[in-house]
Amino acid sequence: MEMLSVKNIGISFGGLHAVDSFSITINKGELYGLIGPNGAGKTTVFNLLTGVYKPDMGQIFLDGKNITGLSTIEINKAGIARTFQNIRLFKNMSVLDNVKCGLHNNNKYSSLAGILRLPSYFKKEKDMTKQAYAILKVFDLDKDAKILSANLPYGKQRKLEIARALATDPKLLLLDEPAAGMNPSETEELMDTIRLVREKYDVTILLIEHDMKLVAGICEKIFVLNFGIELANGLPQDVLNNPEVIKAYLGE
Amino acid sequence: MIGVWNKLNKSTRTNFITIGVIILIYVLCQVMVAAGLMTFLMKGLLIQFCYYAILAVSLNLTVGILGELSLGHAGFMCVGAFASAFFSKSMIDVIENNFIRFSLAIIIGALSAAVFGVIIGVVVLRVRGDYLAIVTLAFGEIIKNVINVMHIGLDSRGFHFSMEVGKLELLEDGEMIIDGAQGIIGTPRDSNFTIGVIFLIITYLIVTNLVNSRSGRAIMAIRDNRIAAESVGIDITKYKILAFTISATLAGVAGVIYSHNITTLEAGRFGYNMSIMILVFVVLGGMGNIRGSMIAAVILTLLPEYLRFLKNYRMLIYAIVLIVMMIFNWSPACINWRKRHSLKDFMNQLMKRFIKSKKEA
Ligand SMILES: Nc1ncnc2c1ncn2[C@@H]1O[C@H](COP(=O)(O)OP(=O)(O)O)[C@@H](O)[C@H]1O
Ligand SMILES: [Mg+2]
Repeated sequence: MEMLSVKNIGISFGGLHAVDSFSITINKGELYGLIGPNGAGKTTVFNLLTGVYKPDMGQIFLDGKNITGLSTIEINKAGIARTFQNIRLFKNMSVLDNVKCGLHNNNKYSSLAGILRLPSYFKKEKDMTKQAYAILKVFDLDKDAKILSANLPYGKQRKLEIARALATDPKLLLLDEPAAGMNPSETEELMDTIRLVREKYDVTILLIEHDMKLVAGICEKIFVLNFGIELANGLPQDVLNNPEVIKAYLGE
Repeated sequence: MIGVWNKLNKSTRTNFITIGVIILIYVLCQVMVAAGLMTFLMKGLLIQFCYYAILAVSLNLTVGILGELSLGHAGFMCVGAFASAFFSKSMIDVIENNFIRFSLAIIIGALSAAVFGVIIGVVVLRVRGDYLAIVTLAFGEIIKNVINVMHIGLDSRGFHFSMEVGKLELLEDGEMIIDGAQGIIGTPRDSNFTIGVIFLIITYLIVTNLVNSRSGRAIMAIRDNRIAAESVGIDITKYKILAFTISATLAGVAGVIYSHNITTLEAGRFGYNMSIMILVFVVLGGMGNIRGSMIAAVILTLLPEYLRFLKNYRMLIYAIVLIVMMIFNWSPACINWRKRHSLKDFMNQLMKRFIKSKKEA
């Protein structure tokens, strides 16, 4: 079953075709890797998928529903959550509250109930705290729940971003260089966590990574982007042995 | 009792402590007034503390919690003050019960400020960029100047309106309600220190409970990172308008308390200067720090009165004191000191000691 189906999307900034005729099909439950040299247009693909940029052409379907041109908020509600290459946490809020922000749309009570502290406030807040702790535990962040998110070490900040995205209960999770800035053992651990998350939360994942070997170890399929254009797409062993890919990477 | 205390969530406990302190100070003031220990000047300041604190707390919601700059908070106070005073003065013979009249005045003042809050919010907060500061600045000045030229009178034929001086031809039994720059004279004195304290507590509860709720988290998420907030599906426009409107509404309430405690209500009082003064309370008390706003409002209302002996140098010294307070208040040493000596820790320690002594007994 197709979870994400992208048909020929593209965008240019001024004269630069940042992404050109990008097409991909991701099946439900797949872990897909998106790789390519710096400036290849990977982050731009994420921005197109999440409505940060509107594509100049092409269409995007999520779980059969056309989401082309929707706003970021609507796209999140439809089921796409993401992390950012340059971490974007709610810095002045606690780790717990960051995750609770992710739970915002699936745990509703009115502002008035909050101000008047009606029973629904206490009930839902208790619920949300429980859910948030459950997610934090997956990332081994439950002990840091009360800490200000800005005070977390870098690696944990990256994990918290994933936790927050996961809290929105997405169908598709987009991870933009989740291991950036981590040492090899941290990276290893993160990849295990990502695998675990996929099983536990029944989520489809598209992840951007710089390190090709690393991606090959965890992803079922890989898409290689170069100068905004598809260079290769398919099973890891085929992609890694593709002469064009080798050339692009050696030439970097 | 201790069990109940420990069971309450953190924000509820903080609320109790803060409200306890406010009530304590209130009782202390009342005792001093009754004992004749308070100067005439101080007595007059008591209600000012309340409405300035309400203004500071409410502006903090926009500036500190939502992270948008508003330079027209006095404008919302002005709307609330005039709408409610207009009502109370017109109705003085119709509704004779002070309580009912003032309750309605509060509602009218709050709603009229809310209407302007919504209008400005809908127009300005939907677009990206820092337009709010400019628009609120303009709003404050426009409201002030419009009311300054409004003349409304009431006689047995009904209301009469004019934008020019002396154009109202009222009957013998008629009375001016708003008289241009002279404003509204003789609004019933329905508010007092006690009412001020009650509304300060209500304001405090509204803002802190909002901040500690789902909506409050959404508002702060927008402040901290708009793009990330969108990415988790938070409706940016909705929460911006919500925060800004509540902020405006509460300023309207402060206006009602103010206008029902003075003899002459003039629009000229609600200028740019007052908006900036409220902003100074917020900045000095700490962005997003609700209790800090209240403390700063009280201290900075008190200060100029006690600097009167400096005559012409008053505002100069006032400015210097502000800068010194700012540096002192946010120096690391001072922040640490505050952390070590927080009232909450003190209360917790007290509770612990209490439990221990009970166990030993
Ligand atoms: N908002 C933008 N305005 C102009 N150029 C942009 C913008 N966003 C991305 N680009 C350009 O698009 C290209 C691809 O960028 P990006 O998607 O960030 O690459 P990657 O994530 O693969 O490193 C780069 O040349 C970048 O400069
Ligand atoms: Mg990138």
